[in-house]
Amino acid sequence: MAEVTLTINGIEVTVPQGTTILQAAEKLGFFIPTFCYDPELTRPGSCRICAVEVEKAKNLTVSCATAAKNGMVVHTDSPAVIESRKTILELLLANHPEDCLTCGRNGDCRLQDYAYMYGVREAGFVGEKHAFEIEDENPFIIRDMNKCILCGKCIRMCDEIQGNNVIDFAYRGFRTKVATSMDTPLSDSNCVFCGNCVAVCPVGALQEKGLRAAARTWEVKKVKTTCPYCGTGCSFELNVKDNRVVGVTSCDGDANGRALCVKGRFGYGFIHHPDRLKQPLIRKDGQLVEATWEEAIGLVAVKLGGIKRENGADALAVLSSARCTNEDNYLLQKLTRVVFGTNNIDHCARL
Amino acid sequence: MTNSIAEIAGADFILAIGTNTTETHPVIALQVKKAKREGATLVVADPRRTGMADLAQVHLQLKSGSDIAMLNAMANVIINEGLYNKEFVDTRTKGFEALKETVAKYTPEHVEELTGIPADTMKQVARGYANAKNASILYTMGLTQHICGTHNVFAVANLAMLCGHIGKPNSGVNPLRGQNNVQGACDMGALPGVFTGYQSVTSDEVRAKYAKAWGINDLPAKPGLTVGDMLDAAGKNVKGMYIMGENPVLSDPDADHVVHALEKLDFLVVQDIFLTETARLADVVLPATSFAEKDGTFSNTERRVQRVRQAIDPVGNARADWQIVSDVATAMGYPMDYNSTAEIFDELASVTPSYAGISYDRLEEGGLQWPCPTPDHPGTQYLHKDKFVGGIGNFSAVEYIPPAELPDQEYPFVLSTGRRYYHYHTGTMTMRTGALEVHYGTESLEINPADACKLNIAEGDMVRVKSRRGQVEVKANLTEVVPPGMVFTSFHFPEVPINKLTNSMKDPICKIPELKVCSVSIEKVS
Amino acid sequence: MSTITLTVNGQKVTVPAGSTILEAAESIGISIPTFCHEPSLPGVASCRICVVETKGSKKLSPSCMTVAKEGMEVQTESPAVVEARQTILELILANHPMDCLTCDKNGACKLQDYAFQYGVKEAGFTGVKHQYDIEDDNPYIIRDMKKCILCGKCVRTCAEADRNVIDFAHRGFNTKVAPPMDVTLGDSDCVYCGRCVTVCPVGALTIKSLAGKGRTWEIEKKDIICTFCEKGCSFELNVKNNKVIAVTPGTPAEGRPLCLKGRLGLELLHCEEPVKPQIKRDGQFVEVSWAEALGLDQVLAKINNLERK
Repeated sequence: MAEVTLTINGIEVTVPQGTTILQAAEKLGFFIPTFCYDPELTRPGSCRICAVEVEKAKNLTVSCATAAKNGMVVHTDSPAVIESRKTILELLLANHPEDCLTCGRNGDCRLQDYAYMYGVREAGFVGEKHAFEIEDENPFIIRDMNKCILCGKCIRMCDEIQGNNVIDFAYRGFRTKVATSMDTPLSDSNCVFCGNCVAVCPVGALQEKGLRAAARTWEVKKVKTTCPYCGTGCSFELNVKDNRVVGVTSCDGDANGRALCVKGRFGYGFIHHPDRLKQPLIRKDGQLVEATWEEAIGLVAVKLGGIKRENGADALAVLSSARCTNEDNYLLQKLTRVVFGTNNIDHCARL
Repeated sequence: MTNSIAEIAGADFILAIGTNTTETHPVIALQVKKAKREGATLVVADPRRTGMADLAQVHLQLKSGSDIAMLNAMANVIINEGLYNKEFVDTRTKGFEALKETVAKYTPEHVEELTGIPADTMKQVARGYANAKNASILYTMGLTQHICGTHNVFAVANLAMLCGHIGKPNSGVNPLRGQNNVQGACDMGALPGVFTGYQSVTSDEVRAKYAKAWGINDLPAKPGLTVGDMLDAAGKNVKGMYIMGENPVLSDPDADHVVHALEKLDFLVVQDIFLTETARLADVVLPATSFAEKDGTFSNTERRVQRVRQAIDPVGNARADWQIVSDVATAMGYPMDYNSTAEIFDELASVTPSYAGISYDRLEEGGLQWPCPTPDHPGTQYLHKDKFVGGIGNFSAVEYIPPAELPDQEYPFVLSTGRRYYHYHTGTMTMRTGALEVHYGTESLEINPADACKLNIAEGDMVRVKSRRGQVEVKANLTEVVPPGMVFTSFHFPEVPINKLTNSMKDPICKIPELKVCSVSIEKVS
Repeated sequence: MSTITLTVNGQKVTVPAGSTILEAAESIGISIPTFCHEPSLPGVASCRICVVETKGSKKLSPSCMTVAKEGMEVQTESPAVVEARQTILELILANHPMDCLTCDKNGACKLQDYAFQYGVKEAGFTGVKHQYDIEDDNPYIIRDMKKCILCGKCVRTCAEADRNVIDFAHRGFNTKVAPPMDVTLGDSDCVYCGRCVTVCPVGALTIKSLAGKGRTWEIEKKDIICTFCEKGCSFELNVKNNKVIAVTPGTPAEGRPLCLKGRLGLELLHCEEPVKPQIKRDGQFVEVSWAEALGLDQVLAKINNLERK
């Protein structure tokens, strides 16, 4: 494959033809901020925060959508670049609510990250601000279009990965807004609440309703695990605060990438549901009453042992579980075959 | 699955049979959509006009249970028009002549009425499948939950072997497993006839190996009972049952029969995270931990073994399933003292050749697809490369048989059951999330507006659905998703225990019940 | 020791007599918000955010100063309590800059934590806001009195160290924590031990060497004991991306001066890019060598002399 050699911040780098300046810079470990860029999505180059200076070019160049060329000399942090980024941030902040105080995405927000990084403390421009109603009538996703920076990643995610095309840019100019067709709430659209748009939103415009009300990002521990629902085997991260699962976020899974469905992303509430069994139960006088583990295990051993002695091993039968782990299933079939002494074990593979 | 999930996107022809992938496997459906975006042809065979059918270029809206007729007709076209892969058939399969003979009578014209699919459409699809470079067949329970479920799968396999669309990337036969670890539960030998890795209990050699590994003298040689047979034998030959994490009262066909069976047991142990409809019948209920509270592995539909990691302490006094099982074994005189699930995994890998190369250390780097026989084996992306796992591929000439129960005057409708996007299995988990059940909280019965009109049923009316085995009341949803003569609902909702109605007639080979077809009557509740 | 038993949120708890309600609640894992309370400092119960409802009492009681009594029934999150806390937060926020966006205390700010916890999204009251300049004329501590909530912990901890550099000045809305004559810290007797910064619950007092270098959640804190003198003060290494970016004072324990010399010495030892030390000469801070800043120049001169001999 053809290669090109360019210089970024004084360092020469050779990359395959077609590589963007952004990718070449990242290869060298240089950081370039991005809002609208996502490696899995098409690149509109619309947010301009990733603009860099290319010598001999008239204008600053959008690094995420410009292919590196032979002999290019690029500066990613020149004064002109910094000034441009600051101005972009000031313009965005001029129409952004100042409520990091209670924003669920506080600490997990690119606008905040870059404002801090470039020392942009306030808008710098005064003007009209959006006053959209916050949309939270569905139980999964909160949409606060006042915080939207119109990067369009949600739109491309919904179209290019999820394939549902539920949202697009609506209206024109200052009134431009990401909306469903006819600008209805999500719950009146054909949205399936996979939340994959939330996973790519760089700011607080899209938030997981449960997670972002329960914890700020620095309060949670993230544990990568595998989804307990269908057989796809999606990976995700359980977000844990104070020993409670407060939400699910995407990570890079072998089977699913960052994509999840509504059950995986929003179906974790059963873990702490009050109906959870917390103590063994034993039937006494027709009623199930709480017992200790010793009592319960003892009774199981005596009763099943008794049936085996009196009626033979094949009088015992076991249903294992397609929802339990390999280790659980392995041990239960071992128990069945070794201790009970029967092959009467099955599970609901056929249902 | 013979292929991996990501390979679906690389197919240029996808035949999806009896799978509403966008609802039941939404994330796998993304790969189907990706393939389609890149130019693939999607054909969906389903009696319902599902979300998947809407995506498809061709929807084969076949009559419930006529899959074999349709698939044989396609084989007929492929053979008659000489579209099959002669080299593949010659070198890798046997039984072609018998198949040819059997499918000869299944001309598209002949089965047109039986399947309800125009002959020309069947021909087009057959040609498209045969001529595709990479063709992937997807299916789920819509194909298998029939009394001829096994034969349905044979008929699918016949097509793939005829065209050589198996044993290569992006091309194969891909059943999408419905539960997180149904693949793993099978792999782990939670089946009556096999130990882990599908090693038969009837083999003396295999039993000797396990007896040695487990430190005992001998192991039972007689294959055990399947779920359905267990329930039939309950109170008779079977006196005690141990149920871990299953809810047969709602999930199995003919629910009343299941309840009676479990009530007849001398002793029933249920181990679960909730007091399910099944646990309520137990003599002892053992509280287990959820996936968030334990370590372990799940094996997904593409045979990928992946880690489950403990994120929180057990809720209340619950214990991990493996710990409870160990405690029971120990109490019954066979001490199990595993310190971790890694220890258990090492043991199971040592007796399971397809898992032998997998370890927790390796899984830290990412999931591994079995077969993975050695620690340096990268795992297997797709099966049957160059050679079938069993050696030579066998064509199985199979004949169409009608469903066990056909509509008649008394029960004029076909009832089919399945899943909804927002819910899972018997709803034990999804009805308790504070989100899913809020959004999709009541179940309804899909009925075609033409039928509803005849019965004077309006949207939202309560209707009584009755079969020979039971009845339920449910709200009507008038929709053209179902064709006239068919109704559909899910088995997720305890308030709509639809399995009171379903037929427990089973496929004689694999004992799968015919949940996709039974006959019912519909009347408006006045 | 005698004990008493009370009920907090329906849970029985037995504590030593003399314990506060706050201590009793914390002993069973119930947390109550506090601003002005600091276990090592005398209580003042001025911020009222820790108020709780006790059965039979007409008013809400500040739990940090109310001694638990036998048989007391306490509710820490009743509707009346929550309403009181929300109002307090709204009042504080009415005179607080809304600049979490770039505030260095974002993520480690009690005002923010409680606003999030009690869903107080905005001030709720409009009125005059303070317009003080940010004071950073000294090299060590940044004071942004617009963010001060007047909890007074800095005043008390300074007094505890027998420094008394700061106290409440002015009256009413104009009340402000200030050195005598409301001069800047740079013009005061402050020795920059930084103990006031460690107790500040909001963004009013921050360590200058950390400014702009990272947000609180990006920084991992590691305890370290100073070994420059026998006092053994505790400091914290601030680590971001495996690099020590600053050393900040740790908990001010009794008799431990947390002196500037110790902190700067530790920064010199641990930081890859330690800030240059400055010393005040004729009322002006000037950059000096480390030897001079640490008071080692005379010692070094002696050593050099010896060598020469």
